[in-house]
Amino acid sequence: MTAIAERGYATPEVLVSTDWVAEHLNDPNIRLIESNEDTLLYPSGHIPGAVQVDWVADLNDPVRRDYLGKEGFDKLMSKIGVTKDTTVVFYGDKNNWWATYAFWVFQLFDHKNAKVMDGGRLKWEQEGRTLTRDVPAYPATHYDAPRRDDTKIRAFKEQVLKHQADNKPLVDVRSPAEYSGEKTHMPEYPQEGVLRGGHIPGARSVPWARAANPEDGTFKSADELKAIYEQEQGLKPKDDVIAYCRIGERSSHTWFVLTYLLGFEKVRNYDGSWTEWGNSVGVPIEK
Amino acid sequence: MTDLPPKLKELIDDLSLADRSERAEILIEYADRFHDVEPRIATRPFPEANHVTRCESEAYVWAEDLPDGTQKYHFAVENPQGLSAKSWAVIMAESLSGRPLEEVANVPTDVIFNIYGKDLSMGKGQGLMGMLDHVTSAARRKLRAA
Repeated sequence: MTAIAERGYATPEVLVSTDWVAEHLNDPNIRLIESNEDTLLYPSGHIPGAVQVDWVADLNDPVRRDYLGKEGFDKLMSKIGVTKDTTVVFYGDKNNWWATYAFWVFQLFDHKNAKVMDGGRLKWEQEGRTLTRDVPAYPATHYDAPRRDDTKIRAFKEQVLKHQADNKPLVDVRSPAEYSGEKTHMPEYPQEGVLRGGHIPGARSVPWARAANPEDGTFKSADELKAIYEQEQGLKPKDDVIAYCRIGERSSHTWFVLTYLLGFEKVRNYDGSWTEWGNSVGVPIEK
Repeated sequence: MTDLPPKLKELIDDLSLADRSERAEILIEYADRFHDVEPRIATRPFPEANHVTRCESEAYVWAEDLPDGTQKYHFAVENPQGLSAKSWAVIMAESLSGRPLEEVANVPTDVIFNIYGKDLSMGKGQGLMGMLDHVTSAARRKLRAA
C-alpha cells in the first residue's frame, strides 16, 4: 500500500501509519486507544502504552440505549489520562471497525485531536511489532468536555424518516444478506433482535468492509473509494448522507471514510440503525 | 444449571467468582489451546453447510459420530483475531464432546452470557450462539435419527 499522504485523501492527517505509531510510543502527548469488537484481544496483548476503550463498558450509557453523556466522557478521559491537547490514536480489530466507532463517539464531544492507525491491529501484528500484556496507568486528568452534540454527525429515526421521504441518499453498510432481509428470515435462526428484515427504501447497499484492503486492514486509496461511493453508487461530496447498519458500529466506519477520506460535507451515522428500524411499527421497508 | 455437562458447569462456576480481567485471562487460556479441525474431518475450502452464518469470525463446526453413540465436535475459526470464537470452540470441544446427546442438545444459549459476561456485543453474542446452534442442532439430528 502506498504512503498515506500519497493516497489522495481529503484529510490525510487523520490517519497515521504503524511506523508513525512505533516512533511515538513514548510521546506523552499521544494516547493510543485500542477499541475492539472482541474484548479478549486487548488483554491478550496490545501496543505498549495503549489503553482500552470498550464500546459497551466505556462508551454506552449503562441503562438507556444511548451513549455516555458529558459527565461520563469527562470521567473516561480522566481515567485514560487524556487532556484536550492529547492526540488520541485509535486502532483495533476488524479493519478498525470499532476504532472508528470510538472515534465517532469522541467526535460527539468534539475531541478534535484524534487519529486512526491505518491497518489497525492486523497490520501491527503482521509486521511482527511488539505487543504487551502490561496495562498502563496514567495520572488522572481534568477534562471538561462540551455537552454531547448529536446534531452534526448523528441521525435519529425521525430524521431518517424525513431523509428517506425526501429521497436523500442513505447507505446501508450491512452484508448483502442483511440488506435483502434474507438473513433475518433464515429458518432455525433467531431474528437477530429484529422483527422485520430488509432495508430502508432507497438505501444503497455498500458493505462497510469494501473500503478496506482485506489483506492488511488499511483503507483503500481515494481513487478506489471514489470508484465505489461516487462512480458506482452515485454519491456526491456535497450530498447529505446518512449511513446505517445494525447498531451504528459498522456505519461509523463508512461515516469515517466518507467524511475524512473522501471529504463529504454532511454525513451522519444513524446509530439506531436496523435494530430500531426493523422493530418500529409502520416504518417503510424494502426487500 | 444441574443439567449442564459437568465441565461446562465447572467453568461457569469458576467464572462466576472471577472479575473482568480474571475472566479474560481464563478465556484467553482456552483460546491458546485452539487448533483447527483435523484434515481427516475437513480441509479448506470448508463446506458452506458447516459455516456459522452469524459469526463474524468465520467459524465452522463439524460433528463426528463416535462409536458409543455420542459426538465429537470440531471447529475452524478463520479470523486469526477471533479469540472469543476460538475460546468458545475449545470450551465446547472439551465440555460437550462425548457427552450424552440429550445433554448437548439442551445446552441453553444463556451459558454464553454466563461465560463471556453480560456486556457481550450483539454481534459477538450472535456469533457464539450460532456456533452453539450448530452443535446442539447436530445432537438433535442424531437423536432424531436414532
